[in-house]
Amino acid sequence: MNKEKLSLADISKREKKPLVHLESQDLMPLPAPFDDPARTPDWRPLSAQVKEKYECFLDDTCAVSVPQPKSREEEEALVAKFLSGLEKLFSRENNWTFLQPLLLTMDYCAKCQTCAEACHVFEGSGRNELYRPTYRSEILRRLYFKYVQRGGLLSAWQHGDIELNWPLVARLIELSYRCNICRRCAQTCPIGADNGLVAHELRKLFSQEMGIAAKELHDSGSMLQLKVGSSTGMNAEAVKDNIAFIDEDISEKTGIEVKTPWDVEGADILLIHNAGEILAWPENPGAFALIFNAAGLSWTMSSEIAGYDSINYGVWYDDAQFARVAIKHAEAARKLKVKKIVLGECGHAHKALTVIADRVLTGDLNIPRESCMPLLRDIVMSGRLKLDPARNNFPVTLHDPCNLVRLMGVVEPQREIVRKICPQFREMEPHGVDNYCCGGGSGFAIMSPHNFSDWRFQVAGRKKVEQVLNAFRECLDPSIPKYLCAPCSNCKGQFRDMLAYYDLWEQHRILYGGLVELIVNAMTDVKPGFIEWEWR
Amino acid sequence: MTTTLLLYSFIYLAALVCLFGCAVQAIRYARLPLHLRWELYPVPHEEASRLKHGGSYLEETDWWKKPRPFNLVGELKSMLPEMLFQKALREFNRPMWLRSFPFHFGLYLLIGSTGLLAGTAVISLSSPQLVSGLIGTILHFAYTAGGLAGAVLAVAGAVALLIRRLTDKELKIYTTPGDIFNLVFFIVTFSCLFTGYLLRPQGAPKAVELVQGLVTFNTRLAFPLPLAVGLVLGALLAAYIPLTHMSHFIGKFFTYHFVRWDDAPSLRGSSLEKKIAEYLTYRPRWAAPHVGANGARTWADIAMTNPAQGGRK
Repeated sequence: MNKEKLSLADISKREKKPLVHLESQDLMPLPAPFDDPARTPDWRPLSAQVKEKYECFLDDTCAVSVPQPKSREEEEALVAKFLSGLEKLFSRENNWTFLQPLLLTMDYCAKCQTCAEACHVFEGSGRNELYRPTYRSEILRRLYFKYVQRGGLLSAWQHGDIELNWPLVARLIELSYRCNICRRCAQTCPIGADNGLVAHELRKLFSQEMGIAAKELHDSGSMLQLKVGSSTGMNAEAVKDNIAFIDEDISEKTGIEVKTPWDVEGADILLIHNAGEILAWPENPGAFALIFNAAGLSWTMSSEIAGYDSINYGVWYDDAQFARVAIKHAEAARKLKVKKIVLGECGHAHKALTVIADRVLTGDLNIPRESCMPLLRDIVMSGRLKLDPARNNFPVTLHDPCNLVRLMGVVEPQREIVRKICPQFREMEPHGVDNYCCGGGSGFAIMSPHNFSDWRFQVAGRKKVEQVLNAFRECLDPSIPKYLCAPCSNCKGQFRDMLAYYDLWEQHRILYGGLVELIVNAMTDVKPGFIEWEWR
Repeated sequence: MTTTLLLYSFIYLAALVCLFGCAVQAIRYARLPLHLRWELYPVPHEEASRLKHGGSYLEETDWWKKPRPFNLVGELKSMLPEMLFQKALREFNRPMWLRSFPFHFGLYLLIGSTGLLAGTAVISLSSPQLVSGLIGTILHFAYTAGGLAGAVLAVAGAVALLIRRLTDKELKIYTTPGDIFNLVFFIVTFSCLFTGYLLRPQGAPKAVELVQGLVTFNTRLAFPLPLAVGLVLGALLAAYIPLTHMSHFIGKFFTYHFVRWDDAPSLRGSSLEKKIAEYLTYRPRWAAPHVGANGARTWADIAMTNPAQGGRK
């Protein structure tokens, strides 16, 4: 279907055909070397088997893999379930957590489309109507006025009508997973409506009422974390073993003895990493341990369930799961009687535990929580570490994780650090609270079902690829190693996969990594070359 | 005489409906439970040094031990340009702002002029000497010019918005018949008021007499039909606005102050924490098995249950 012809009514089409098809030449143009669309990687089509089995009639991909109902009765039952969830979404007892901002967004959107200009998914897709922030919201709004407010003809005349059927619900499930919930759109809305919240609330409805969520977020995400302690599958013993190995490796590599303290009662700080770091980027928790020890901090890690994995995927799709994991984090801190929790380099964990859980954790679970960024800034600026910026004399740019920056206001500490220790630091444009999402936000970084990763690199991550290429535009030559600092595990996951997808390491020597690695790399007490210029 | 009385009654009734409708909306939103924190930066009441880059008090270590001064100047500097000049729209959607700003500024002028006119009329009833002579002339000029300029700007803006809604492909998809009606309603109402007032025959009541008549229920005044139609439409419009999303001036207060800029931390033992404790006693009914809600268990019970380990943990 031609994107110009897409209307709101199309969402209810019974035809088992995607509403839109994306062609490389329709997407937002990229700068050199991708200015020729033929140079971008090919998009893998969905297999016939997948199309046969799952509801994938939205676009060219499939994120949630909802099985196709076998009968009209089954469809009707699912629609009835959706309707009952819709009612709950707008009720105080069921959804006190977000009712006020959701109602405000439903009631007052002026449909001026200012939000669309701010959305990297919409822009990246070449302004495809399906990905316009208001497309999803307007469908929910019409359903809200029709079925929750019980609006009749007059309401349909005022707010617009929509036909509710299973194809609409199935497509809406998928469409709720085409938004990074970076809330850049909300930041520009003159009224203050929040289309990112709409995606969040839809996911919540599907999860909490219909039991439908992306497998990576629920089954192998929050459920696994609540079962064994970490969505990586590591139990306490495994994580301790891994950290012991990391300590050994970092000690050898840096020439400084590193030992991570475990379960130290009464320590000042409980440090919680995204456990993905431990497996995928062990130098990151290793660098943290080295810095904290060198700075003489009183700190510990916890082997309590979820106490060693800061991830909280519930923040993207399910309030109950979110609260459960946040409570587990707080319980780990309470048990150790620490003075505060410090979050490692993970954006969504920052936002989830520091800010959103602020109105879930009460009484003795309300333990102070803070970002690692100001703490690292204070350490670096205090002179407690001997640092030589010349060791970081290569082009560096800084990615702003949305959760940390736009949604939490932690903007400068990380900049103060890179400005001090990276002589060739340059900003992406725009940056800070106006940044663009990496395209992996809201769980996408860990989601690759079928060909979904093609969508997240070609569409969701497109704007970020443009920003990275522009930041390094004068030094793209592969003889110059370049460092993309992304102080967030999920962003790093997205960059790892996306830089590989566009071959930016092989062709242009753009490496990604965290912030603490740059600090340790600049420490004069450490053997030179902590950052290894090799792909991982 | 009866017609005039009906007109007065209608205007009063519409004003009451408008006020009541706005109050109901504001109260409805104010009574909703406190939501989870969902702020967006920059938050303009942050300290000036942090506000310039959009930072928050979370940029400090041990932030809970440090004062968090409220930057009223910062908030006013953000609010006033937004309220008066639609700063966000100007910055992020210039084509729309070029149409929306005249419309809204025209409305402000009309509302301001009506207020000035009402004040003048009421004072002239009790202390006419206060609004006579040069002051009276200035006031007359101010509310007349303000009102007429406001009507012209509002109509021009509404026409421009209407044309854009009808011709822009991207807006058309989201435009309902109600949206078209709303803009046409504004255009017709203000056009009627404008022409009805300017073309009123000699001897017809002036604006100030109209308000005085309204205040004193002076039924001896006779209004020419075009002006009376404009007044009826104006009254209807005022009553209609709170029933639509055009009352976004109410919503905007909440979206900005209660969502986007609500960065209040829940400190241990605070009143905010007590409110949350109340919400944790709510009993949801979400149906997915992993939630474990049945209408009897509280939000706190559910949050303390580990579905992966089959019970309370």
